[in-house]
Amino acid sequence: MIEFLLNNDKTTLHSIDPNTTVLEYLRNHRQRTGTKEGCASGDCGACTVVTAELAPNQQLLYKNINACITLISSLDGKQLITVEDLKNQQQLHSCQQAMVDTDGSQCGFCTPGFVMSLFALKKNQQQQDTNTSDDRHQVQQTLAGNLCRCTGYNAIYKAAEQTLNTPDDDQFSTDQAHTIAQLLLINNQSGQQSTVLSDDQHHCYMPKNIDQLAQLLLTYPDSTLVAGGTDLAIGITQHAQRYHQLISINQVSQLQIFTVNDRQIEIGAALSLHLCQQKIAPYFDDFAQLLERFASLQIRHQGTLGGNIANASPIGDTPPALIALSAKLQLRKGTQTRQVELEDFFIDYRKTSLASGEFIEKIIIPLPAAQSLAPLDTLLPASDCSGYAFKVYKVSKRLDDDISAICAASYIHLDQQRTIIAIKLAYGGMAATPKRAKLTEAALLGKTFTQQNIEAALANLAKDFTPMSDFRASSDYRLLVAQNLLRKLYIELQVDDTKAHKTRIFDYV
Amino acid sequence: MSNQPQHRLSHSEMLAKTQENLKTGAGKKVPHESAQRHVTGEAIYIDDRLEFPNQLHLYPILSTVAHGNILAINLDECRQVAGVERVITADDIPGHADIGPVLPGDPLLTQDKVEYVGQVIAIVAAQSMAIAKAAAALAVVDIQPLAAVLDVKQAHHLKHYVMEPHRHTIGDAQRGIQEAAQRLTGQLLIGGQEHFYLETQICSTVPTEEGGMLVFASTQHPSEVQKLVAQVIAVPLHKVMVDMRRMGGGFGGKETQAAQPACLAALASHLTGKPCKMRLPRELDMRMTGKRHPFLVEYQVGFTDEGLLMGLKLDLFADCGYSPDLSGSIVDRAMFHADNAYYLGNAEITGYRCKTHRASNTAYRGFGGPQGMLAIENIMDHIARHLQADPLSIRKLNYYQKEQRNITHYGQTVTGNLLDEMTAELEQSSSYQQRRQEIITFNQQHSYMKKGLALTPVKFGISFTATFLNQGGALLHIYTDGSIHLNHGGTEMGQGLNTKVAQIVAQEFQVDIEHILVSATNTDKVPNTSPTAASSGTDLNGKAAQNAARTIKQRLITFAQAHYGVSAEQIIFVNNHVKLAQKIVSFAELVQQAYFAQVSLSSTGFYRTPKIFYDREQATGNPFYYYAFGMACSEVIIDTLTGEYKVLRADILHDVGDSLNPRIDIGQVEGGFIQGMGWLTMEELVWDDAGKLLTSNPMSYKIPAITDTPNDFRVKLLENRKNPEDTVFHSKAVGEPPFMLGISVWCALKDAVASLSNYSCQPQLNTPATPEAILWAVQSAQSQKMAHSAPGVKH
Repeated sequence: MIEFLLNNDKTTLHSIDPNTTVLEYLRNHRQRTGTKEGCASGDCGACTVVTAELAPNQQLLYKNINACITLISSLDGKQLITVEDLKNQQQLHSCQQAMVDTDGSQCGFCTPGFVMSLFALKKNQQQQDTNTSDDRHQVQQTLAGNLCRCTGYNAIYKAAEQTLNTPDDDQFSTDQAHTIAQLLLINNQSGQQSTVLSDDQHHCYMPKNIDQLAQLLLTYPDSTLVAGGTDLAIGITQHAQRYHQLISINQVSQLQIFTVNDRQIEIGAALSLHLCQQKIAPYFDDFAQLLERFASLQIRHQGTLGGNIANASPIGDTPPALIALSAKLQLRKGTQTRQVELEDFFIDYRKTSLASGEFIEKIIIPLPAAQSLAPLDTLLPASDCSGYAFKVYKVSKRLDDDISAICAASYIHLDQQRTIIAIKLAYGGMAATPKRAKLTEAALLGKTFTQQNIEAALANLAKDFTPMSDFRASSDYRLLVAQNLLRKLYIELQVDDTKAHKTRIFDYV
Repeated sequence: MSNQPQHRLSHSEMLAKTQENLKTGAGKKVPHESAQRHVTGEAIYIDDRLEFPNQLHLYPILSTVAHGNILAINLDECRQVAGVERVITADDIPGHADIGPVLPGDPLLTQDKVEYVGQVIAIVAAQSMAIAKAAAALAVVDIQPLAAVLDVKQAHHLKHYVMEPHRHTIGDAQRGIQEAAQRLTGQLLIGGQEHFYLETQICSTVPTEEGGMLVFASTQHPSEVQKLVAQVIAVPLHKVMVDMRRMGGGFGGKETQAAQPACLAALASHLTGKPCKMRLPRELDMRMTGKRHPFLVEYQVGFTDEGLLMGLKLDLFADCGYSPDLSGSIVDRAMFHADNAYYLGNAEITGYRCKTHRASNTAYRGFGGPQGMLAIENIMDHIARHLQADPLSIRKLNYYQKEQRNITHYGQTVTGNLLDEMTAELEQSSSYQQRRQEIITFNQQHSYMKKGLALTPVKFGISFTATFLNQGGALLHIYTDGSIHLNHGGTEMGQGLNTKVAQIVAQEFQVDIEHILVSATNTDKVPNTSPTAASSGTDLNGKAAQNAARTIKQRLITFAQAHYGVSAEQIIFVNNHVKLAQKIVSFAELVQQAYFAQVSLSSTGFYRTPKIFYDREQATGNPFYYYAFGMACSEVIIDTLTGEYKVLRADILHDVGDSLNPRIDIGQVEGGFIQGMGWLTMEELVWDDAGKLLTSNPMSYKIPAITDTPNDFRVKLLENRKNPEDTVFHSKAVGEPPFMLGISVWCALKDAVASLSNYSCQPQLNTPATPEAILWAVQSAQSQKMAHSAPGVKH
């Protein structure tokens, strides 16, 4: 059984196939047809809806998500808001009015999705009190997962601007206290016991804490773990997959931690990629920048760091960055835990060393500061060169919401003589798993960090990798770009007044 | 039937109204008629319609082989699945089995052979889409593979064509080239483009008691769907009614290829007696339906030392896919636009319609025009690099002139030429020359980030080249309360056609558009319509609606003359009122009086485009009623280490004549530019060696997203330029022409790459110019530069 608010109506689902997506539920079960199916794979945003949930501070947190690849179980304890809910007393919501005023709709099919993303943008603006000078960037961040084929987006930018400049006095603000009270009631009623959503043949178990999760996995070793489900649900919508036993880890708060001590950062496996991005930015700016370009905000709200790792895709974006940072995983089975180096976790194409009944509990990233290392921005000739540099590059066909043709993450540690005393170069898109360029690393280790030495080492990349050709890029391109990104790393650490920090295409966005 | 107007204004109040202008007539900035319903989710698309209790859903069984003979089709297991109502093959078709729009070649369900991966062999009709899909997966089709032709050049060598080649000739191209001071040859590969309308192909059908069919189709061509459905189920056309309220995007992809799902749904309804719906999931839509034609271009060009064209031999090889579809007209239009804005003088342009074993490529915004235009723009760049001149100067040198050098290669005189003045205006407003210098400086100072700039023109011919299609129809009723119901033959796909046509009628009657309802396009209301295509929707149907309005207006005037004893000149329709000498009545009041006086308040309207003709045998004529012009100046930056790029700024000046609605027109221009840019940059179609499309979903096929828009986007409509032809309120068509403004982005990317060779070499940059394509062009330019500037090697 799950309980949620469909706008303001408390809705209880006792028996439903947990393979049902939110989109299917809205359109087929509730005849709410304002929300559209454009792709059923989370790539176009036409199905965007918004959930509001109780944040730890008991305030409402609004998220735009893709209804087409969100499983119904994830609504438990939340408020679901769809395009039908925004109009109030015959008045358009300010973000709807903005889309009308600026001609943000043409054919109208993508429009409900855009409206809902704008709505989430508006609600979060109020809650986070964001700096408006950064509006354009924020708009791009929020709307990168909404495709429009008609307008060319210029009108939609204007709609977003108008939305952000309109006071937020909508019915959701007015009703906020009531909504919070209702959600508290729902969440308290469901208690601390593990629950289950099922029809006769399909079951989704929803543990509330990590011990319940560990036990469920022992009881049902053949079950499938689902967190955000942004990849799993594509199996359902595109490949007619039907899961008989799912375990949803959305409600296990221990899996959503982000803690920092002197030595390391610990990130719960089910922390959303969006929260990862926000929380990791002070420590590893390039990691946060990479996460900004990880799929779309809709996906980052749902998808989790642990999910991206357990998925073991060769083109997952976070593993190269994490491997370069020497991240470890803490795995748990029953009451037993063990730690593995992330790079050893990937065995083969989509294969990991995770045992049956075992799950990822947290990701542990050692802090360079623990070794008294300072980050290097540039290698000024007169300055102390010792320190570390961590750079991540993602190259894809499209800037927004695209899968990497190649993702390169580099960690180097220099001493005062610019000798490379530690180096990790990890790549995605270059092999069947996220993988380090060990021969290239070896060629550079102990060498002085000079252009000449970098150039001399580049040939090793061709020995480290034999990348494949596919529709994203050819083998030759991947190899050449891998080399060029090492060149770029070198360039970025050199002094050059004319370039300032604009060394990447994304700096020109 | 007496409807009293709810609220009567006094004479002085009405007088005040008549001194104001109508706020929603022609030329006014009115929002899209459905905008309010788009943003609330209240706008109904076909899949949103309430389903019937006995509704059936269809799922196709597709060929997995590009070319082969079908040896056996075993559907027994599909039929066993609970919830499956019927499995249908070609044997079940009572009428025509071929739905080719112009020529045969498109079997509704293929029977003996398959000609592309994704061709429909059978369909399953079941109680739900999930059941139909699961059952379809159980089909066993035994296909004996045959050699597949997947390369356009190979098709050409084999003379594997869907139609015979066609040629436009003017002067003596060969001699012009031979005698020219400078000569170049080259080739260019132009990629295709998936339409990616957000609403995939869909149709819902309901059998009628007469044995006919009620068809709700997302189509740009309801009349053709009507005809094909009637032929497939073997009934006369009058038994089939097609209703089309709106499409969630069309772009040409629903001109002919909406017919297959419609005919399949109708066939299933006919066979089962139940309502049926066929909605293509995105992946199937992308596999089953055709796209923009990829082209191979080969050219020889001769020109003076200054860069003036002396002779051009241009071969256009179009990848048509497996069937003719509209390829005849599409390749013709590519040929018609291979001059773009330039006087060719001596030219021989040949279009080859190559047959490959892929989905049948089809109409897509621009209809071949963009490919032809890209060919000549590439040649302009090539000449400029060869002469180390700014490409803009070469373009301007070759522009059509007004009094001479103004005859196209198909014999039409270019009239209303705005090229020089628009170029001058945009060159100035975009600070082209100043930015050119700034970019040269930037490129000298930056080692691996390079900028590029390009200003390119568009001249696009307006009219269907199949002359008979240039006709429009409308049906207009005025009810006794003064409210107006309007239908026309065009279809609404987001382009704002219904809004514009309502504005035209509003202008004629001088009533606000809130009193005018344009309801779904319907074959019962306006018969025998042309597709909403070739940018012609407003030109044709707006004129037809105007014609209908004028017919009724004349009746009202005649009535008022008699009723009020005034002359026709004294009757003035203005701002929802009618002035009758000294008297003023509301429009609704006059309408009601006319009703009591037994005046017909309903009329059809019709329009055919004048002046146009084309003799295809001789390849000469005036196929276009007029030309629409546009200019775009784009600035880009590329990362020469990765090939990534970003459009920094785009300035556009576009000609829509006297705009019917500047808001809607700006939307068409902006959207067209971005779609054109997408075609030439990130939108890459990739097939495997066996002919299977690998980029068959938005995960792998990338259309522009929000960050791809230029950082600085300045779009302006050309002001104070009426269409010199007698179009509706002297407006110009706007659907397709702006698409080709996107060519400026591709030319700017080439400019950035060319900077690596000090602008001395033309980069070979095939389209789409993905980051990978750019990087290879960069590599090539860098090696050329090394070859050029390596004096040490020579001694």
